[in-house]
Amino acid sequence: MSQRRIADHLTDYALFLCMTASIAMMFFYAPIEREMGIVQKIFYFHVPLAWNAFLGFTIVFFCSFRYLATRDPKWDARAVSAAEVGVLFTTLVLITGPIWAKPVWGIWWTWDARLTLTFVLWLIYLGYLMLRRYIDSPERRSALAAIVGIVGFVDVPLVYFAIRWWRTQHPQPVIMGGDDSGLDPRMATTLWVSTAAYLLLFTALYRRRLRLEYARAEVDALRDEMEGRQS
Amino acid sequence: MLHTAGVVLWKDLRIEMRTRDAIGAAFVFSLLVMVIFNFALDANTPEMRRLAAGFFWVAFAFSGTLALNRSFALEKESGAGRALVFAPVDAAGVYLGKFLANVLFLLVTQIIVLPAFIVFFDTGVVADRWWALVLSFVLGATGFAAVGTLFSAVASNTRMRELLLPLLFLPVTVPALIAAVETTSFALGATDSASFWFRLLVVYDVVFITVSLLIFEYALEE
Repeated sequence: MSQRRIADHLTDYALFLCMTASIAMMFFYAPIEREMGIVQKIFYFHVPLAWNAFLGFTIVFFCSFRYLATRDPKWDARAVSAAEVGVLFTTLVLITGPIWAKPVWGIWWTWDARLTLTFVLWLIYLGYLMLRRYIDSPERRSALAAIVGIVGFVDVPLVYFAIRWWRTQHPQPVIMGGDDSGLDPRMATTLWVSTAAYLLLFTALYRRRLRLEYARAEVDALRDEMEGRQS
Repeated sequence: MLHTAGVVLWKDLRIEMRTRDAIGAAFVFSLLVMVIFNFALDANTPEMRRLAAGFFWVAFAFSGTLALNRSFALEKESGAGRALVFAPVDAAGVYLGKFLANVLFLLVTQIIVLPAFIVFFDTGVVADRWWALVLSFVLGATGFAAVGTLFSAVASNTRMRELLLPLLFLPVTVPALIAAVETTSFALGATDSASFWFRLLVVYDVVFITVSLLIFEYALEE
């Protein structure tokens, strides 16, 4: 218990330092992009959020798989915690994206491969979270959610290739060039610090959500026991 | 496994032949979606010919969820679901039977909707591309049924039942839907090549039939 507390505190301090550093670097260290100007700063929020969201969905897949293999409720608790933080991060990606796109591309949204994939992923994992709300039995909930967690993740590469191919056949006005190719070293460093900051944010939120899930399971078990004694 | 599949398939086919619930509802719903498209988008323009395959598959994706919902709702209503769970048979066999029944229902729906669709959207199959249409329908229906059967079992275990299936099913079928639209477009002469899309459909079908066979047992137990 106390070990967990210490780990929590360490994560929080690291998060605070890293996030402060990343915001400072964003505005005072990384150069202003020549063509996009100050708007490009949103890059340092947007990209790390997206990467960590994908990390979250990978965790959902792995834990769903482990749950079905072991039937240990802790895997399900981990899966749902990662899914919730992943959906939160994806929501932020979908909000920061258009804010960036409007001044740079002139449009809020385009059905480009990466954008569409992110949006479809968001829908799949919202479905995952919704499903959980409508199943009463904890074991049923865990098993059925795990099925969706696995199928949803297996779908990701297929969605990506389908949309990418679909787009190359239908040319579009806006094509995002490879950012990483011509990235200024100072921008790259800022991006990495930012990614670390969001990884820590992910970890901090995930750990808290996980503890909430355990507390919830305990309350449910106690309530069942109480009702059992009354009757 | 194959014997179980055969028994489940035959049972579902007999129920469907007597009630015509799944196909009947899906057929009428497909027609309704086409009527709504016509009002919403004015189908009497040359542009519509090019987009016709898209309308067909959108109508079919929505009406298909009705038929797929039926698949396990049926078992729940009569309490037969529990019997299926306790029956000493392979879960993969039950999946296979249900899946094959759903493929057939979806295909029959497509075949009876097709004439109406050709008339409403003033389109037609290019002379030497009938094989492409058949392949597109079979592979598309297979992909829909592969995921749909698994998710129908998942959704039937929830308090929301029918409402939850489309929410889970539609996002996951995005690749199959795109590929099905492209292959049907090819058959209708709107595009010149669709070999990539046929291959994608095959990959999609194989991937999800395999995954479903492996994890279906977890959807079935009580």
